[in-house]
Amino acid sequence: MSRRTRLSLFGVAAVLLAAVLADGLGGLPAFGGYHGIYGILLSHVTVAQRRATDVITAITFDYRGLDTMGEEFILFAASLGLVVLLREQRDERRQPDDSPDQADDPDRYAGLPPHRPHTSPALIAVGRWLIGPVLVLGIYIATHGQLTPGGGFQGGVVLAGAVILVFVAGGRLATAPIRPTGAAEVLEAAGAGGYVALGFGGLIAGARFLTNFLPLGTKGSLLSSGTIASLSVVVGLEVAGAITLIVSEFVDQRLLTGRHQ
Amino acid sequence: MTFLQAIALLAVAAGGTAVVATRDPLRQVIVTGFFGLLLGILFFVFQAPDVALSQIVVGGVALPVMVLLTLAKLRERARSRADE
Repeated sequence: MSRRTRLSLFGVAAVLLAAVLADGLGGLPAFGGYHGIYGILLSHVTVAQRRATDVITAITFDYRGLDTMGEEFILFAASLGLVVLLREQRDERRQPDDSPDQADDPDRYAGLPPHRPHTSPALIAVGRWLIGPVLVLGIYIATHGQLTPGGGFQGGVVLAGAVILVFVAGGRLATAPIRPTGAAEVLEAAGAGGYVALGFGGLIAGARFLTNFLPLGTKGSLLSSGTIASLSVVVGLEVAGAITLIVSEFVDQRLLTGRHQ
Repeated sequence: MTFLQAIALLAVAAGGTAVVATRDPLRQVIVTGFFGLLLGILFFVFQAPDVALSQIVVGGVALPVMVLLTLAKLRERARSRADE
């Protein structure tokens, strides 16, 4: 195809796209205008019905709880697929692990090949200082989803962020004590299974799957909103496990070398 | 639209352009991380703190880490090819 034909094709397509876009943008509601009846209704009845002060978490884990279960298993399946794809291949071999005391050894650059990655002392210091606060923040966000913005997904990702900080600041990527793959798999499975188990709790209580069967408690206290808080915590476990597993697999890949014939 | 919202929208537009305009993948990862943080601020200013929290961690930490590790793996592979 000549340059001229391509340009004229592009011209026609651009004009058509501009026309469709202009038409679509013209039909948009005014900025901030919202007419969703379901949303307006839920923002009025949620606090009275479920004693949860964060309406968004109540929608995610109660009114649309089944959708959230589907989303949770999307992440579950994605991380499993990644583990299968990034397994150790036949022509790959594991590099010898970094020695455990490498991070604290001031002479560690000396004996290593020049392309060996090394962690700067400043990064180690800041990273180590941040691990604790990030861990606490993650637990807080995952357990207070029914009260304040946040919930299981956000808290779980923050928890996985703490694990990433361990990787970043530790300076010893593959040594046994902090290779969390096994723990991450257990966490992820417990979180995914826990959601389904809480769903069956509704059936055992004599209602439908994922019915909010636990006592609702007092509005604004930590143990309120029935199954919303529990579901948020199990999703936190699942997400923390899944993201940790994904990052660990990527880190493992970094340490595998192949022959690449 | 408030003043803050307009600022956040402009910052996201500038950040997105910066990501596309950066050609070196390693630099692009860092710029992408900042773009993720800008998106988080945008969501927060538009009163979606739940989404902003996820965006900050996923866009500012998790995604850059994955791309960085992939770049490291590719570089290693290119180097071991050059050795042979």
